[in-house]
Amino acid sequence: MYDMKALYEAGSVAEAIELLQEHPQAQIIAGGSDVLVQMREGKRAGAELVSIYGLDELRGVTLEADGTIRIGSLTSFSHITKDPIIQKYINVLGEAVDMVGGPQIRNIGTIGGNTCNGVTSADSASTLFAWDAIVELTGPDGVRRISIKDFYIKAGVVDLKPAEIQTAILIPKKSYEGYQGHYIKYAMRNAMDIATTGCSVNVRLSDDKKIIEDVRIAYGVAGPIPMRAPAAEKMGNGKVVSREVIEDFSKAVLEDLHARTSWRATKEFREHLAVELAKRALTESVHLAGGEIA
Amino acid sequence: MNVGKNITRMDAAEKAAGRTKYTDDLCDKSALIIKIKHSTIAHGRVISMDTKEAEKIPGVIKVVTCFDVPKNYFPTAGHPWSTEESHQDVCDRLLLSEHVCYYGDDVAAVVAETEIAAVQAVRAIQVEYEEYPFVLDVQEAMKPEAPCIHEKYPGNILAHTNIRNGNYQKAIKEPGLIKVEGWYDTPSVQHCHIENFICFAEEKEGKIVVTSSTQIPHIVRRIVGQALGIDWGKVRIIKPYIGGGFGNKQDALYEPLCAYLSTQVGGRLVKLDVSREETFVNNRTRHAIRSHIITYLRKDGTIVANKLEAFSNQGAYASHGHAIVAKGMGCFPQLYPCPNIEADAYTIFTNRPVAGAMRGYGIPQAMFAVESHTDDIAKAVGMEPVEFRRKNLMPVGFVDGFSKNENYYDTFNQCMNKGMEYIDYDRKKKKYANQTGNIRRGVGLAVFWYNTAVYPIALESSSCRMVLNQDGTLQLQLGETEIGQGADTAFAQMAADAIGVPFESVHMVSCQDTDVTPFGTGAYASRQTYVASFSIQKTAEAFKKRILEHAHEYTGMPVSNLNLVDGNIVRTSDNRVLMSMKELAMEALYSRNHSEHITAEETADIKSNAYSFGCTVAEVEVDIALCKAKLLNIINVHDCGRLINPALAKAQVEGGMSMGIGYALSEQLIFDEKTGRALNNNLLDYKLSTFMDHPHLEVQFAENPEPTSPFGTKALGEPPVCSVAPAIRNAVLDATGVAVNQLPLNPHNLFKRFYEEGLL
Amino acid sequence: MSVQYKLVTCTINGVERSGMVDVRASLTDMLRNDYRLTSVKKGCEVGECGACNVIIDGECFNSCIYLAVWAEGKNIRTLESLLGPNGELSDIQQAFVDETAIQCGFCSPGFIMTAVEILEAGKLYTDDELRKLLSGHLCRCTGYENILRAVKKTMYKRLGVEWTEE
Repeated sequence: MYDMKALYEAGSVAEAIELLQEHPQAQIIAGGSDVLVQMREGKRAGAELVSIYGLDELRGVTLEADGTIRIGSLTSFSHITKDPIIQKYINVLGEAVDMVGGPQIRNIGTIGGNTCNGVTSADSASTLFAWDAIVELTGPDGVRRISIKDFYIKAGVVDLKPAEIQTAILIPKKSYEGYQGHYIKYAMRNAMDIATTGCSVNVRLSDDKKIIEDVRIAYGVAGPIPMRAPAAEKMGNGKVVSREVIEDFSKAVLEDLHARTSWRATKEFREHLAVELAKRALTESVHLAGGEIA
Repeated sequence: MNVGKNITRMDAAEKAAGRTKYTDDLCDKSALIIKIKHSTIAHGRVISMDTKEAEKIPGVIKVVTCFDVPKNYFPTAGHPWSTEESHQDVCDRLLLSEHVCYYGDDVAAVVAETEIAAVQAVRAIQVEYEEYPFVLDVQEAMKPEAPCIHEKYPGNILAHTNIRNGNYQKAIKEPGLIKVEGWYDTPSVQHCHIENFICFAEEKEGKIVVTSSTQIPHIVRRIVGQALGIDWGKVRIIKPYIGGGFGNKQDALYEPLCAYLSTQVGGRLVKLDVSREETFVNNRTRHAIRSHIITYLRKDGTIVANKLEAFSNQGAYASHGHAIVAKGMGCFPQLYPCPNIEADAYTIFTNRPVAGAMRGYGIPQAMFAVESHTDDIAKAVGMEPVEFRRKNLMPVGFVDGFSKNENYYDTFNQCMNKGMEYIDYDRKKKKYANQTGNIRRGVGLAVFWYNTAVYPIALESSSCRMVLNQDGTLQLQLGETEIGQGADTAFAQMAADAIGVPFESVHMVSCQDTDVTPFGTGAYASRQTYVASFSIQKTAEAFKKRILEHAHEYTGMPVSNLNLVDGNIVRTSDNRVLMSMKELAMEALYSRNHSEHITAEETADIKSNAYSFGCTVAEVEVDIALCKAKLLNIINVHDCGRLINPALAKAQVEGGMSMGIGYALSEQLIFDEKTGRALNNNLLDYKLSTFMDHPHLEVQFAENPEPTSPFGTKALGEPPVCSVAPAIRNAVLDATGVAVNQLPLNPHNLFKRFYEEGLL
Repeated sequence: MSVQYKLVTCTINGVERSGMVDVRASLTDMLRNDYRLTSVKKGCEVGECGACNVIIDGECFNSCIYLAVWAEGKNIRTLESLLGPNGELSDIQQAFVDETAIQCGFCSPGFIMTAVEILEAGKLYTDDELRKLLSGHLCRCTGYENILRAVKKTMYKRLGVEWTEE
């Protein structure tokens, strides 16, 4: 039994928005794998909930006319991993969310919930940052689209206006076309764990596979919210693929990261990992893109 | 013969069908729900409590605070009671605590009609505390300026015992000795049985009846009596199937509180269902033990003198107390016998959650220290660690002066040889020498010492009852409990052979009910198969005698010429079957001349004990830059005497190895230094091994029949966890040259050590 | 505050069921308390142990963190559904018995239901794949060794592929 004050079930996006307007104190529940756990802990005890779990219109992955990949916010992790569009164009996202918790969690957990709770350790988030994803939000004033970077405000807080719900995550064609990426989740166990640090890299190489035309790197748990490492990206862009460049790129990530010590890991260990994971993730991305490291 | 066969465990099919009832499944839906208010400070006193808001919540029946409970101090340890006061467990618990001794201590309880009302009421209780300084670490707790947690124990020392053999101080003066010194540290960990502790209680027929997920129903009966200040005969404990225990349920946990609360609501049915978060903090943990070992040895590897100091972190209350570290220290003069020994064991109160019994009972901690140290010594004198062990381990024929345990066989070498062969130890040892690069492999070995049961330290007895049915089958009852390990099946196998009936003729009564079940102290000390072997044999002999006496009446043959074979009365002179058990049973019960209900009930008072030895050999791959040690291969080899049921024995070892792997690589309860609060008391943040964290677990046995047991058996329940962590630690040492002396060998500790040693 | 109820109609173990459900209830609460399906176990109530696992529309879910009202219109299967017409164990249940994959038995129902989802996929998985597919369940008794064997043997048997011991 959950200590909730009331539950309102939405049958459509429009109804969800109406319910949120009627009950301004209410919190949104999607798959519930975070909300219900926190309610049981007492953090959200006594809250009113608007359930959007029944909104099948927000499930599934589609390819839009302009090549944008549209992921409905309620698409579960396991469905993202199995989706042929994801597998064809941004397989790394399917791999990343396939490392969340265990199989049952991946069946209930949604990409919308994973991003809306605003935590830095979300396995989907660093990859979405690395692919310049766009977040679609629908509210009383209609639809707005913002970059995922702007969506995250601070730890646990995202740019969700009153009565707004996240309806999709979009990956524009220019973000993925020609890129290959790799995600490394670093955790204490091989399953049922949250990331100590997560690192997602993708790269576009020149036609001859010798030059890094564009490299993007993002982290989870390297700061209060998922983040990119722009100094490293700048350092890597336009360089000839080599062991030295990869080393330099990896070290440069520290210019942007804000790791801190908590009981889960020390700052020193997190920084050590950030460099090591950058190196390994970029190396693997280059391999996936057909490059060879001299 | 049934002993030695892979007989399918008798409860497996029902469990597979989902029909087996555990405590919660048996509780009537009308039960009132109990929730406990836990302290939000680690040390202090409750000054006042405001329960008014809590009592207003609809559905709340009763709020009981620490000021309301009777002042009957009681012990909780699942030890047999002693009639000598000096051997009794420490009575330091009340049902609820005014003097708060750890973060999460129980200060009040709510009884409500629903779970939500109870949870809301617990939240609504306002508590005012007087806060005292607190201490979490043993060495800190022993300092003069440390806060004293229990007035009766200055310096927070619950107990200190020692061993002095020979003359250590004189022996170390021998010229040319090599000194090896190390500190070895183990963390607080938890049992993590999948069924949390749960019990329900009500008053019925003038008694308080508690159904509980416990390993020790007869002991819990005594403790509930002590806690409530009522006659023990007015307490009835029922133990159904339980979802694992591993020692945590070898303590009276919340049965006394639950029973008491029933009496406070007119004897109504109340249920206390502990959450996973509470299981970590408010049940029991494994003692964190820090060991300091100094060894002096000659260049040829002969150990001249040995010194041990072991500091055991008891947490807030005494529970099993000093028994754990004392057992660990007990192995020290025996495993590697040495003429000059100084050993000291301290059990220290801190403001951590209470430590109690957990699988291995001090031996996993001791083996981590001793077997890590053994590799360090071997390295210091330039000997291959296995060769060093062969030279110095307890020899065949060794007899311990106190327990009179004897090492009858060349078990250690047999076990090590099997383990090394499986891992291909010698070849890999050579192959992995002089590695460079980021990825390095290594092999490591550790042995363990364990002794079965608790003789001669405490009472060691077992009682058994056999009751004949009309169809020639029988009910078998023992006080020893099935807690998931398969004990019932092993008991029935032994009973079938001891009586002379087919396995199917033995109907095991699995559930213990202290009103009905013969007295037995329950599942602990890996004692059950061993001690039950005595009571089953003794009872079977009495049972058989009665049956054969009846057979004599019906056949005229002298009893000395009769035997029971496979469920038939057989004339031994020509092996002729004279009658079946069924025919005999029908006649015995319904005869108009001489009707008798044939039963037998005996107690075996056991005055012996048995060593149980074995080893672990492990192979690891270390990714230095990632600070990860990956277990590639692992084998445990055990000598637990004759195997009663090889398949069940193997399964038991696999489970213990898994627990050992978690202990070695990932498990650790973490506490906030600022508040004393447990930070990771859930199954996500506490890292017990998942399906993806193991390689194949190889299990082999060296089957040497134990001479003291009627069935040649001895301990297997706890031993599998004892040598895993040091074997893995030694494999990491072999791979990297880095000795990691603090468990677990998780990335945090590896990062620290690799950094210190210049690998990073 | 008055308690809020909702009529929930769903198929449970092949039978259509309707009942009023407290909206605060988890699916575990509903299955255990309203339908007495006690194979659904409570081990953590936060989706970390897998003991409450059931199959909903062909996929496994931890019923402890699934609201009972979400069961509306769903097809739910628990361990109780696996028994044959005369109460006989299914192949996967029998394999758990035969391979000594059951000890205390508390995690077994959840594990077996995940095994059912794995077997119904009709694929031949590698050991590593099986370990990952089964990784949403914790077991403290078995070390997972015999559970892997039970699932693997049944998988081979159903696919008609010969089982070879490594």
